Amino acid sequence: MAGSQRVYRQRIRSTQALKKMFRAQELIAASRIGKARDRMARATPYARAITRAVSALATHSDVSHPFLVERRDTGRAAVLLVASDRGMAGAYSATVIRETEKLIARLTAEGKRVVLYVAGRRAETYYTFRQRPPERSWVGQSDAPTSELADEIAGVLLDAYTAPAEAGGVDELHVVYTQFVNMVSQRPRVIRLLPLEVVEGVVEPGQDEVLPLYEFEPSPEVVLDALLPRYVRARIHAVLLQAAASELAARQRAMHTATDNAEDLIRTYTRLANQARQAEITQEISEIVSGADALAAAS
Amino acid sequence: MAQLEVDIVAADGKVWSGAARQVSAPAADGGMGILPGHTPVLAVLRAGEVRVTEHAGSPALRWTVDGGFLSVDSDQVTIVVDDAQPVTESH
Repeated sequence: MAGSQRVYRQRIRSTQALKKMFRAQELIAASRIGKARDRMARATPYARAITRAVSALATHSDVSHPFLVERRDTGRAAVLLVASDRGMAGAYSATVIRETEKLIARLTAEGKRVVLYVAGRRAETYYTFRQRPPERSWVGQSDAPTSELADEIAGVLLDAYTAPAEAGGVDELHVVYTQFVNMVSQRPRVIRLLPLEVVEGVVEPGQDEVLPLYEFEPSPEVVLDALLPRYVRARIHAVLLQAAASELAARQRAMHTATDNAEDLIRTYTRLANQARQAEITQEISEIVSGADALAAAS
Repeated sequence: MAQLEVDIVAADGKVWSGAARQVSAPAADGGMGILPGHTPVLAVLRAGEVRVTEHAGSPALRWTVDGGFLSVDSDQVTIVVDDAQPVTESH
């Protein structure tokens, strides 16, 4: 009987320790999410300006560019998966990985071979553990991606897209990430980044906005050449920032729930421990009383 | 007198924004000056210096940029660069 009391006390202590950790993680995520959203907001003017310029180009010129035309010669498709470096974020990483698996299954059914690129340690370990190591992975800054990282990822992916078929080129480039809708809602999204579908901008220009008839300096081709890689880079940067904000929001929510659950558990165990203590006292009393009764009867 | 609305944005944020009389930027095939009423243009910029004159006669605000592009559209000038560093010493 004394045993069960001790077991309950132990459980309460360990749950309290866990609760402290959950609470700390929740507070850390909460303090970082503001910064992540700031970074998202700061990158928006750049993305908007580039999207506008690309839309202007696409509507007012009929030049063709390798980034705009479908390519069918390699039979390979690149997929960039953006997940988190650490767990403790609920189903955040699991959800994007599941979406990626679906996309891979679809591309494979279309007869394409998938070349996988991942950002985030959770996704990297998921694939290396399953003996399908990604082509290239980036880890270490999933919750605060820098523009240098975006440049590096974009550089590798653009190289793969422009490479000839024999050198490992790819036909298309898909990105799977988590869109930050607001603090309580983050949605996994799959987009095809290349060849470009310009309509799908980071921030689309208004419907009734008429784009002016631009002159291109020095020529439409040169402007496209300068603009499209920047557009891809801006999109990848935006994707990383969205994913970072989503990760932190998911972590904050998951850790908040975990803290609540720990509190519930502590309450339940405290009640059980009190019950056990009460039962023990009752038993001791009845033992003493019945012992006294037995002695009285014997004398 | 018409004025230009200028926005200078870099990859990690807005650098400068405001009204100006004149903007000059290093276009791919030579320096380019923009005054109010300029025809809509999309130009590639090489590394160089962007200069913005806020009022006639006032010293220009200057930034060193490392390539990007510029768009002009009904006196709305947008300069998009990868990185911009302000030049502090006056000329």
